[in-house]
This record gives sequence, structure tokens and C-alpha cells, in this order.
Amino acid sequence: MATLHTRSAARAMMAPSVVLLLAWMVVPLAMTIYFSFLRYNLLMPGMEEWVGFDNYRYFLTDPAFFQAIFNTLAIVLGVLLITVLGGIGLALLLDQPMFGQGIVRILVIAPFLIMPTVAALVWKNMFMNPVNGLFAYLARSVGLPPFDFLNNAPLLSIILIVAWQWLPFATLILLTALQSLDEEQKEAAQMDGAGAWSRFTYLTLPHLSRAITVVILIHTIFLLSVFAEILVTTNGGPGTQSTNLTFLVYAQALLQFDVGGASAGGIIAVILANIVAFFLMRMIGKTLEA
Amino acid sequence: MGSIALRNVSKVFGAHTVIPAIDLDISDGEFVVFVGPSGCGKSTLLRLIAGLEDVSGGKILIDGKDATELAPAKRRLSMVFQSYALYPHMSVRSNIAFPLKMAGEDQASIDRKVADAARVLNLTDYLDRKPRQLSGGQRQRVAIGRAIVRQPVAFLFDEPLSNLDAALRVNMRLEISQLHQQLKTTMVYVTHDQVEAMTMADKIVVLNKGNVEQVGTPLELYRRPDNLFVAGFIGSPKMNFITGEIARGHGAHTIGVRPEHIDLSTSAGAWRGTVGVAEHLGSDTFLHVAVDGVGTLTARVGGDFPVRHGDQVYLSPQEGRVHRFNDEGSAIR
Repeated sequence: MATLHTRSAARAMMAPSVVLLLAWMVVPLAMTIYFSFLRYNLLMPGMEEWVGFDNYRYFLTDPAFFQAIFNTLAIVLGVLLITVLGGIGLALLLDQPMFGQGIVRILVIAPFLIMPTVAALVWKNMFMNPVNGLFAYLARSVGLPPFDFLNNAPLLSIILIVAWQWLPFATLILLTALQSLDEEQKEAAQMDGAGAWSRFTYLTLPHLSRAITVVILIHTIFLLSVFAEILVTTNGGPGTQSTNLTFLVYAQALLQFDVGGASAGGIIAVILANIVAFFLMRMIGKTLEA
Repeated sequence: MGSIALRNVSKVFGAHTVIPAIDLDISDGEFVVFVGPSGCGKSTLLRLIAGLEDVSGGKILIDGKDATELAPAKRRLSMVFQSYALYPHMSVRSNIAFPLKMAGEDQASIDRKVADAARVLNLTDYLDRKPRQLSGGQRQRVAIGRAIVRQPVAFLFDEPLSNLDAALRVNMRLEISQLHQQLKTTMVYVTHDQVEAMTMADKIVVLNKGNVEQVGTPLELYRRPDNLFVAGFIGSPKMNFITGEIARGHGAHTIGVRPEHIDLSTSAGAWRGTVGVAEHLGSDTFLHVAVDGVGTLTARVGGDFPVRHGDQVYLSPQEGRVHRFNDEGSAIR
């Protein structure tokens, strides 16, 4: 892109995709903003009227809203904690030479290929079910009363299910990063008298920092909008104990038929996501630059 | 303080024998170069000494004590790697300080030793930079700095100059030699470049397919090669080998004459040939001469010898400078 000519040519070539992308984003966003200022209920078609910020006021003062914010953050942080720490651990294990390495690696990746609804239903019915579930069976076999995960610890259960799904992705990225660590550096550290733990903290962890950043970034983007797992397991309940922001917007729109309120919720979710993104970028922007 | 001895050391990878039983003595303060073509096992041998590979058989004695089973860090050796293996996220200072920190020394003595090493290696101005902000030669010096702060009993170098450009290589060669004069510590140096071996070594170990072909000072190897391999490997340009009738005339299966030991004349001599290519280096000229009934021979003459492509010349080997080899490739003396 050296000359003026090539630059303008490049711009002209990019224009269609930029325009398409903009339309794709701007139109829905504008419509959502527009709806959020209307009283728009699907049960009362044709009665839309301008209500200003009323929808926002109702949504923000709803007690479920604060619960949803808390749950959203709890899911993001909880899953990140499990996937990053677990991912590092698993990647270190999978990096060791062992028998059947190829098959084991494929098995580890497998959960990522299962669609969220199926994974959540498998967990709900085969593992966490207090009557038929594997965990209940294990508890009974040692004489303990079975624990009803989805009713007594709904948020934790959802964090576990989602973490199980995202762990493979973290492992995969961290494993490839681990494999790119220069063998001679490890040997140099060995000659320098660094033990296994020192080699991990001084060499491996700094080497992985960029991959960890990528994992955190990508996971956060997807974890802010966890939905299917909640829908098929707890339905946001009991009460609103496992409702996150996405699920709250869904409930507002399609259970209470309040499109206006849901649009306001959606806009709030967008603003919150941007706040999170801002801090995330500041926190890890440095790592990516280096 | 820094003697290393290998007793019957061998290394086998699966069914592949890399090193079949080697005996070698390296005395204290010596600069020993392992040289050989790629794949001859010289790096493996160095890694065995370092402890980065386990020996398949035999013993390694460092300083007279059995170190065969010792962990690399416990052998008190330092290694400089081909890729330098600097820790990319640490500053030069932390890189050099790393082995001291791992040894648990206190901060004051670490600072002092790092400053000393930096001064010796001209790195004082770069201590706070990251490795990627340094040039190849500077990185090389950091790697050496990291090796010397530990005050090891011996240094191991694994082709340390092969990533540098030609001019810098000559420079660093000199610096490493000077460092050896200064520190008087045993150094074991692996290279495939016979010029590095000749210029730096007190003792050269020529390896071929895992076997030690000959051990000796550079001039010993140059003057009295034990066999065809050493004769062909040491010296640049390569020694000329002649077989057949002419060799039989000298009572040998093969005779070898170095290019610098051939006298050239335009009028008379032992062999007559046609100049193929003349490589003018200024000080010298290398002539590739197609000799009738022998093949192409290389000869070194002065820079002002007036010949060109296609000229007729006469070559005669200098008396007493002809190396004779029997049909097994060993020297006849």
C-alpha cells in the first residue's frame, strides 16, 4: 500500500464488505434502540407509543436485574478460573510423552464439539439428576444423601457445565503455545539450575502469557452471553438464582412479551459488555503488544 | 579443577548407534574443539557431557569424580547454545542473573557478579534491554555472560557462531579465544567449521560417524593426519587425493597433497594439466587444474601468478609433503 493509487484502490475494494458489515450491525442496533423507547408488548399489537426512558427505569429497578448482573459476572469469572487453571494443568499433562497421545488429545477436545444444549442435557439428566444421575449414585454408594445440584446450587452447576465445555478450547490453545516453547531454553534453564517449579514460573508461564490472554479474551466474549445451558437446565431458576443478563432479556421478551423492556435490557447488556471489554483491553493490551 | 574424562561412553537411540564407545581426556584449562561433518555425533557427545542426554554406557568423570548420573545443574558446567536460548521476556540483567538467582545467592553478590560479567563482555549499556532488542553478536555475548557468572569448571559451546554473519563470526571467534586466555577455564567447543577448530583449539577431536578419528593439536592434525578422513577434513581448500599409477609410484594406495604444497610452473614439472577455474583472492589464487590421467587438482599459488582459464601448467608436489595412505585409508609413515 505504498502509493496513493494503491491506497485508494484498496479502499474501493474494501468498501463493499465494510458497508455490508455496517448495515448488518447498525440496522439491528438502531431498531433495538428505537424499540427500547416504545411501549411495545406483543399481547397488545398496534398500541405502541413513545414512553421515553420508562423501559430503562423498569428494567434497572427490577430486583432480578442485579441478580442477573451478579450471575453474569459469576459465570464469567468462575468459568475463566476453572478453564485457565485447568487448561494450563491439562496442557502440561498432555505435553508429556505418553502412550496413546493422539487418542487422548482427541478425547480431550471432544466436549468442545458437543452442542451446548446437548451437553447441558447430558449433565442435567445423566450426572446431576438426584434420582438417576451418576453423582447421586456415587453419593448413595458411600452412604450419603444425593445432592440436587440444579435446585440447591443452580449457579455453581451451570458454571461447572459451561466450564466443562470450554475447558478443551483453553487446553488446545495453551497446549499449542506450550509446544512452541523453545527446547533449548528449557535445557538452558536446566543447566542454570532451575528446578521443575522454577522452570514453570520463570519460563513456561511467561511464555504462555499471550495464549492465556487470548483464552481470557475469547472466553469472556462467549461467556457474557451464556444462554442455552441455562434454558435447558434450570430455566433461570429457582426464582432468578441462575438468571444471567441474556436470560433476563429473553424472559422479558418471550415470556412476558415485553419487547420494549427487553430492548432496553439488550441495550444495557451492550453497554455492560463494552465496559467489560474496556477494562479487559486495558488489562491485557500490554501483554499482546509485547 | 576442570578436567573431563570420558570412559567408554556410548549413546544409542533405539536401534541407531550414534556414539559407539568413546574414550577421551580433556585436561584442566584446555580449549578442546569437537569437529566433524553434520550428523557425526559431536553435539550428542557435548550433550552427554552436559547431562542433557543420558549415556547408554560408560562413565563421565568431571574433575576426577563420577558425574555420569548427576543432574545437569550439579555438574557445574555452563553451556552456550546455538540459538543462544536467552529467556525472551527477561532483561539482559535478569538473564545473566538467572543462574545465580537459582543458586540462591544474595542480591548484593548477584549485582556485583552481573556487573563484572557485563563489563568483561561490553554489555554494561544494554543490561536493561530485552534480548530481542539486541543484535546477534550482543545476544551471543549475553549467552556467554550467563555462562560465566556461575564460574563453572568448564564451558560447553554448541556451535555458538553458526547463526552469525561471516564478519561477526571472525570477531566473536577472537573474543572467545581472548576470554579463554583471560579465564583459563576448560572449554569444550563443538563446530562443523574446520577453520574455527584450527584457529581456536588447543586440541582438536575429529569425529566421524560417532568415532574419534584423531585427537591432536591443530598443527599435528594438519601435518600428520592419521587417515584419509582427517586429511580431507582439516585444511582449506581440501587436500588433493590421487590414486592409481602415480600413488603406486609412491608405494601407497592413495597419496594426498595439500594445494599449498604444490609448485606450479609454466614450463616443466611432474604433472601437466589445463587450468579450469582460477579463483583470485588477491593474496592467493586457487587454481583448479585438470591434470591428464589424474583428474582435477587444486593448487594454491601467489596472487600474481599469471595464468588464466585454458592455460597449460605443470604441477609438482613438494618433496616430503606428500601424505601416503594404504588401501584402508590409514596413513603410512
